[in-house]
Amino acid sequence: MSRTLLSGLRAALLAAAVVIVAPAFAVSPEEVLADPALEARARAISAELRCLVCQNQSIDDSDADLAGDLRRLVRERLLSGDSDEEVIAFLVSRYGEFVLLKPQFSNRNLLLWATPAIALLAGGAFALFAARRRKPAPTALTPEESAALDDLLKRVDDV
Amino acid sequence: MIVELGHFALTLALALSLVQAAAPLAGTTLGDHRLMAVAGPTAMAAFLMTALSFAALMASYAASDFSVANVYANSHSLQPMIFKLTSVWGNHEGSMLLWALILTLFGALVALFGGNLPERLRANVIAVQGVVGVAFFLFLLLTSNPFARLDPAPIEGEDLNPILQDFGLAVHPPLLYLGYVGYSICFAFAVAALIDGKLDAAWARWVRPWTMAAWIFLTLGIAMGSYWAYYELGWGGFWFWDPVENASFMPWLAGTALLHSAIVMEKREALKIWTVLLAIIAFSFSLLGTFLVRSGVLTSVHAFATDPARGVFILAILVIFIGGSLALFALRAQTLNAGGLFHPISREGALVFNNLILVTAAATVFVGTLYPLFLEAIDGSKISVGAPFFNLTFGALAAPLLIAVPFGPMMAWKRGDLFAATQRLFAALGGALAIGALVMLFVDRNALFAALGAALAAWLLLGAVSDLVLRAGLSKGASVSWSRLKGLPNSVYGTALGHAGLGLTVLGMAMTSALQEERILAMKTGESVEVAGYRLDFKAYEPTQGPNFTEDRALFDLTGTGGEALGEIFAGKRVYQARRMPTTESGIRTFGFSQLYVSLGDPQDNGGIAVRIWWKPFVTLIWIGGVVMALGGLVSLADRRLRVGAPAARRKPVAVVQ
Repeated sequence: MSRTLLSGLRAALLAAAVVIVAPAFAVSPEEVLADPALEARARAISAELRCLVCQNQSIDDSDADLAGDLRRLVRERLLSGDSDEEVIAFLVSRYGEFVLLKPQFSNRNLLLWATPAIALLAGGAFALFAARRRKPAPTALTPEESAALDDLLKRVDDV
Repeated sequence: MIVELGHFALTLALALSLVQAAAPLAGTTLGDHRLMAVAGPTAMAAFLMTALSFAALMASYAASDFSVANVYANSHSLQPMIFKLTSVWGNHEGSMLLWALILTLFGALVALFGGNLPERLRANVIAVQGVVGVAFFLFLLLTSNPFARLDPAPIEGEDLNPILQDFGLAVHPPLLYLGYVGYSICFAFAVAALIDGKLDAAWARWVRPWTMAAWIFLTLGIAMGSYWAYYELGWGGFWFWDPVENASFMPWLAGTALLHSAIVMEKREALKIWTVLLAIIAFSFSLLGTFLVRSGVLTSVHAFATDPARGVFILAILVIFIGGSLALFALRAQTLNAGGLFHPISREGALVFNNLILVTAAATVFVGTLYPLFLEAIDGSKISVGAPFFNLTFGALAAPLLIAVPFGPMMAWKRGDLFAATQRLFAALGGALAIGALVMLFVDRNALFAALGAALAAWLLLGAVSDLVLRAGLSKGASVSWSRLKGLPNSVYGTALGHAGLGLTVLGMAMTSALQEERILAMKTGESVEVAGYRLDFKAYEPTQGPNFTEDRALFDLTGTGGEALGEIFAGKRVYQARRMPTTESGIRTFGFSQLYVSLGDPQDNGGIAVRIWWKPFVTLIWIGGVVMALGGLVSLADRRLRVGAPAARRKPVAVVQ
């Protein structure tokens, strides 16, 4: 590992680096809160909220005026002592679920959230079914046969 | 005149495609060899006509012929020549013409290299390719004519969207389209097999290299696009889960699954029906991607050319091809024999697991991308599905697959031994855990994600190395190992490189996401700032002049961790004159695999300017990994066993193993 990485790691710690995949072009210096922990929370919340007038950008990424207003709003709420959940709930009550980049778990979004599970289960069941159907009645190998086979397979693996 | 020639050539290409679609199909139905033989020459002629048409459009761009509406809307006389030329596909009409050009190119390639294919299969494949061509030529001529004229001709063009005035535009769309459209060959093979109800070894041997070639281009195209967005947009992000990115990612996921299932089909004659279905799915995702991007149905940052009327046309193409091929599949799949038995714990089983996860991931991205549209259509309610959703769901699916990857090549065909495979991976496992622990030592619990990511990446990399080392049999002495390594088929190296590339990408993503350092501040000239041990002295802020833009450029003196001078780094804000549109030019310096990234914001009230600086550890590995993956594909593609008709390498019977 390079020295720059190590110093980078240490510095990242000290700065309480924000764990956001796509950080901001947008956050401007005067918005940044003095308290790094609070600022980190503000950034994390901002990445979850949609800039309502933009196209698929979070308020953390967008330099639209509205995004700036929302970022300041998030920080105001945090300064007044709201929890992360309260800040998000406040914005949802104001702008609707549209503001969330990660939709809520709700009946309406059931299909969205259940897709991975449904696809996995259906695909797995299909694979099992296909394997079953394909399989003829299995006849067990004699011990000699399986020993010979193991030997062969082993040789194959070694190649 | 050149413009009219281009238009005429495009019309001829449509006519040729009609013949290319109809004659061979009639030939295979009637058993007429002469009609089947029409396929090849027509496909080549269609390609030549499309190429002529494309060249004509390019010539009008090069000459800045603003009497052509398309050139007027997307070019400017002051643009450097390279951007004049790339402007050809930096717009809707031109990029659809590129689509058609690549489609006919692949058709011509089958005609050229398909001499040793069974006659009927060859005719059917080229015919299906022709049918796709007809649809897209009609689309071009009826809704998106790139050769429409303006009268009177304007004096000056409206310029290309400034974000697209970049070298990235020269590389990214052609690569991406080569990938997208390359899957049309797999699709044509699948439909041809369904038409004849026949799947044999030649089929699989043909489909795998085509899939591989398309996949290589798509991988490079996506990686290139990601890097382009990273440096051009000034956000420092590498993946945004933007609908248009998803549109290219879904065919990639399906294509990666196809690549793996085609291996099973080729080697073991199993998963035949599934492979045919996957080939249809992969191209369906390509068509869907074209629809999403071209129709503007999903508003996104890529929607530089949107028109709902065209959307309806592409939607019709989408419905006819996907619906038609799936219906054909439902009708004819039963006639194909399944064949090939295997135990769940086996190489085949591992590849089925790979397919299960990849297809689930593609389905998740698909539903996530379209769900807002779906809800809005049903009850008018609006929701957003963005990066936080995809990171969570896709991440949860990807993790088990990444853990399983090194096991795959360790398993034997037909019946494997999971315990033995685990034993052989002990070294890789130990190394991965050690590296995870090392990261934890320097970073506390907050960096758990970085540690897990590093461990996972090391697991993939060491797993790939283990495979080669074990096949070489190190205990048998250097000369034996060497000759064994030389004797390994290319596909083994391809697999190792592909999986190692995946490891590199995972490493880059984990390190950058978890450990990057960011500074946002207002700076005046003369001030300095330190990021990750590097010091930047804000030396000057000065206006400069480009060919068709003005740029305010900030110059920083860079000093390294040890106090050594590292020269200058500069970032700029440009305004393009024709469109009055601002863009950012990030300043990027690469140190090893890591990068220092400087981006400018707006001027501040106190007279300074907003500056954002990131230290992005190992960020370049994200894209290097993509290139290594593509390299793996290339190595595998060079395997002579894939070249049907090449003299079979039977000197060493041992080489048949694996």
